Amino acid sequence: MLNIYLTIVLAPLIGSIVVGLAGNQLGRTLSHSITILGVAISTVLSLYVFNHHVLNDADIFNQNIYTWMQIGGLNISVGFLVDNLTSVMLVVVSFVSLMVHIYTIGYMHDDKGYTKFFSYISLFTFAMFTLVISNNFMQLFFGWEAVGLVSYLLIGFWHHKESAIEANLKAFLVNRVGDFGFLLGIALVLMFFGTLDYAEAFSQKDQIIGQTLFGGSAITVVCLLLFVGAMGKSAQVPLHVWLPGSMEGPTPISALIHAATMVTAGIFMVSRMSPLFELSDTALMVVMIIGAITALFMGLLGIVQNDIKRVVAYSTLSQLGYMTVALGVSAYSVAIFHLMTHAFFKALLFLAAGSVIVALHHEQDIRKMGGLRKKMPITYITSLLGTLALIGFPGFAGFYSKDMIIEAVHYSDLPYAGWAYVAVLIGVFITAFYSLRLLFLVFHGESRVDSHTEEHLHETGSSITVPLILLAIPSVVIGYLTIEPMLFGGWLDNAITIDSSHQAVAELKGHFYSAFALLTHSVVTPPFWMMVGGAVSAWVFCLYRPDWADQIQSRFKRTNYVLNSLYGFDRLNDIVFVKGSVKLGNLLWKISDMTLIDKVIVNGSAKLARYLGVLIRPVQTGYVYHYAFFMIVSLMLVLGWVLIASDYSFFG
Amino acid sequence: MIALSDYLILSSIVFCIGLAGIFINRTNIIMILMCVELILAAVNTNFIAFSFYGSDLAGQIFVFFILTVAAAEVAIGLAILTLMYRNRGSIDIDVTNTLKG
Repeated sequence: MLNIYLTIVLAPLIGSIVVGLAGNQLGRTLSHSITILGVAISTVLSLYVFNHHVLNDADIFNQNIYTWMQIGGLNISVGFLVDNLTSVMLVVVSFVSLMVHIYTIGYMHDDKGYTKFFSYISLFTFAMFTLVISNNFMQLFFGWEAVGLVSYLLIGFWHHKESAIEANLKAFLVNRVGDFGFLLGIALVLMFFGTLDYAEAFSQKDQIIGQTLFGGSAITVVCLLLFVGAMGKSAQVPLHVWLPGSMEGPTPISALIHAATMVTAGIFMVSRMSPLFELSDTALMVVMIIGAITALFMGLLGIVQNDIKRVVAYSTLSQLGYMTVALGVSAYSVAIFHLMTHAFFKALLFLAAGSVIVALHHEQDIRKMGGLRKKMPITYITSLLGTLALIGFPGFAGFYSKDMIIEAVHYSDLPYAGWAYVAVLIGVFITAFYSLRLLFLVFHGESRVDSHTEEHLHETGSSITVPLILLAIPSVVIGYLTIEPMLFGGWLDNAITIDSSHQAVAELKGHFYSAFALLTHSVVTPPFWMMVGGAVSAWVFCLYRPDWADQIQSRFKRTNYVLNSLYGFDRLNDIVFVKGSVKLGNLLWKISDMTLIDKVIVNGSAKLARYLGVLIRPVQTGYVYHYAFFMIVSLMLVLGWVLIASDYSFFG
Repeated sequence: MIALSDYLILSSIVFCIGLAGIFINRTNIIMILMCVELILAAVNTNFIAFSFYGSDLAGQIFVFFILTVAAAEVAIGLAILTLMYRNRGSIDIDVTNTLKG
């Protein structure tokens, strides 16, 4: 099996290196063939691994392959841990990545950086694989940083655009904040457990109970620091600011990195660390609250956005919030379940948005779209399916996963779980509202496309539509098929630990009969009616009476202002961190650099030597008799002193 | 009989004259050279006096060395002065202060 795992991880890397180094010589066709072949191999083998581990209950594979470095008694190795959680992640990542690779052929068709782009996304796939397959914290961190790096490169892929450069810098810096916390968390794990290996660390988790650190419980500090890392990567409030900006990158990577895979790394990581998080109710509560805030408030922002990709980006933030809430209430399997369904339907929505963008010659403003339904039937239908999955229409993938999250929060008895329940419930209304608003404005109603583009408008090519169709299938059925085994059939049991005091999933299990029963039962649940409410209001405001939307906008100016300024996070960051660091820099430059170092230390020592010289110089007159005088007088003094000191014994 | 102390007093007087000559003299460098010779003579006198009264010939032998070295020193010193006069047209002490800081 080791060879299979190695092939899964290394195939995209080899593709990336070959195309990255020799892309210009290979040409476009060969370049995309090589990288797609690499990812296709990984996808097939991932499915095989999934079958082997999840369906046939193979034992957990946990082996160190290579010693990366040895520091004192600490062994840092490259190792693989393949259990059911890893298998699920491998399938999701490789499948979405493969779809995005194929899609890129059509999307980046006219771009100069065609081969470079393929090299980058293959590199990303490799990095994501190393992250999910790792058996120790250090390799996890390596993958973590590597996906961050590729994300940075790809957000700034169109580096001639100033906004893209700003966005990738922002993404990089905000992620540094998260990674700093994450690294501290890893350091504390090493401090308490003396090892970075997952299995070894988790096996001695009991010895951290009761220890204190900085006046708090040690395990809480460790978990919160690890979660700060997850907040950065998975874009939770207040470290979410980079994700909307990341939409400056080409759409395929928005789908792959900033919706389906990389941003879910935080969710994956917390699930992987479930043995630690389960020990700290405080940490879980913080996770849940942050998630609930993100789920509700980032969804609200989706309503006022007019850029097609940004609407989907805020939707991603909101859905990541849902996953985080699920983590907070110890429903790790539900979080992973939503991660999986979300990966499919959100990748689909992004790629569909990209399809629209390509068809409209890189127009992203939804106010200049409309009525595309007839011109782009495949894109329309797949978007519709993706949207239905996203809003949780009964039967679709998102319905099961989101419903389970909401139910899990409902059953949780953590403090403030009631508030989180309200937040995620309102979130359903908002999700339905902004998703359908997007769908209606883009595909329904009167066309607002300018006449010149309208003439050439047609469905996009097969390399774009085929991935859409292939992603639409799991978006519809994956929830129905996998809810039972994944949440209640013990698929993830060998990877996830749930403390007996956290009963949310057990309660869920008690109320669950079958996926079909859930479907028929849905009409009497609050989330269903929230969803219907959101859908109807979207219809009213976008299609039935669009003028009402304007009236509401002018009636609630202040709310509108708050939403349009994105709650002021950007301004706060600008004032406190950007301007603050410039001011701090100026202060340090003036005081420590200019004054202390330049004036006092460097020029000061030179001046001191000069003043001393000026002071002493007159002693040297140049007259020989002065020198002789001093010599003799000093000689006499020395001799006299010797005489006195020796009590005249000099004379015997 | 002349006592040892008489020699020592004489040599101190000569030494002090030489010393004073170096300090007080402001005219030219030849005077300084001559004063150095006086000091050497005073030292030599001391050596010989101690040698005679201490019955140790080493002191007198030392004086020979000093005389030889002094002769060489005068020869070199005068040669330097000649060259200096040729180059600068003066051997006045007041103008030979280019070593000052």
